Amino acid sequence: MLTISQELVDKMIAHARADHPDEACGVIAGPEGSDTPVRFVPMENAERSPTFYRFDSMEQLRVWREMDDRDEEPVVIYHSHTSTEAYPSRTDISYASEPNAHYVLVSTREELGEKAEVRSYRIVEGVVTEEEVVIVPV
Amino acid sequence: MAIEVRIPTILRTYTDGAKAVDAQGSTLEELIGDLESRHPGLQARLVDQGALRRFVNVYLNDEDVRFLGGLETPVADGDTVTVLPAVAGGSR
Repeated sequence: MLTISQELVDKMIAHARADHPDEACGVIAGPEGSDTPVRFVPMENAERSPTFYRFDSMEQLRVWREMDDRDEEPVVIYHSHTSTEAYPSRTDISYASEPNAHYVLVSTREELGEKAEVRSYRIVEGVVTEEEVVIVPV
Repeated sequence: MAIEVRIPTILRTYTDGAKAVDAQGSTLEELIGDLESRHPGLQARLVDQGALRRFVNVYLNDEDVRFLGGLETPVADGDTVTVLPAVAGGSR
């Protein structure tokens, strides 16, 4: 189960909409071991692509060091799908490498109109498990 | 003196949970070979068919080694090597 504030969900959706039709990506850091996402860190999609995303390696180094210094970890790793549903693709699964992270997908595909779809998964050793998202009102 | 290698969460099963380990060598390739001698299995997670795996980022101090010289990048005592899983994916 992922417990996350409405404010952070809104920020992910806003980022996904801003970068649409390219995929948007980022992390939400939280205190190590807390399983609580707190600090929103939008990342650049180095691929600038509607079908692929990759964190810029230098930006990632900077952000991961910052988390290390603050005793944080990437609680949420999010990205958007801009024309498909919010479900991990084969590429998403093959790259997933933070066993403690919640992989959040935001879909901004056209059929949804004003609504965005936000779903969360654990991806461990190639196995995807969808989990409940509990949104805490601000 | 040695070279400090920072290990990401997903690879700490090879280092008994250690966040950082020391290793030696004059190139990144030698360094990874030295790591393998004390942490068997680690090399295969970093290197495939003589090149760095695309699923990992390896940094020498503040630089991505892909922009330096890959596995042939020279390393020296006092350097820090950081390994991070690449974060990527997409709808296809």
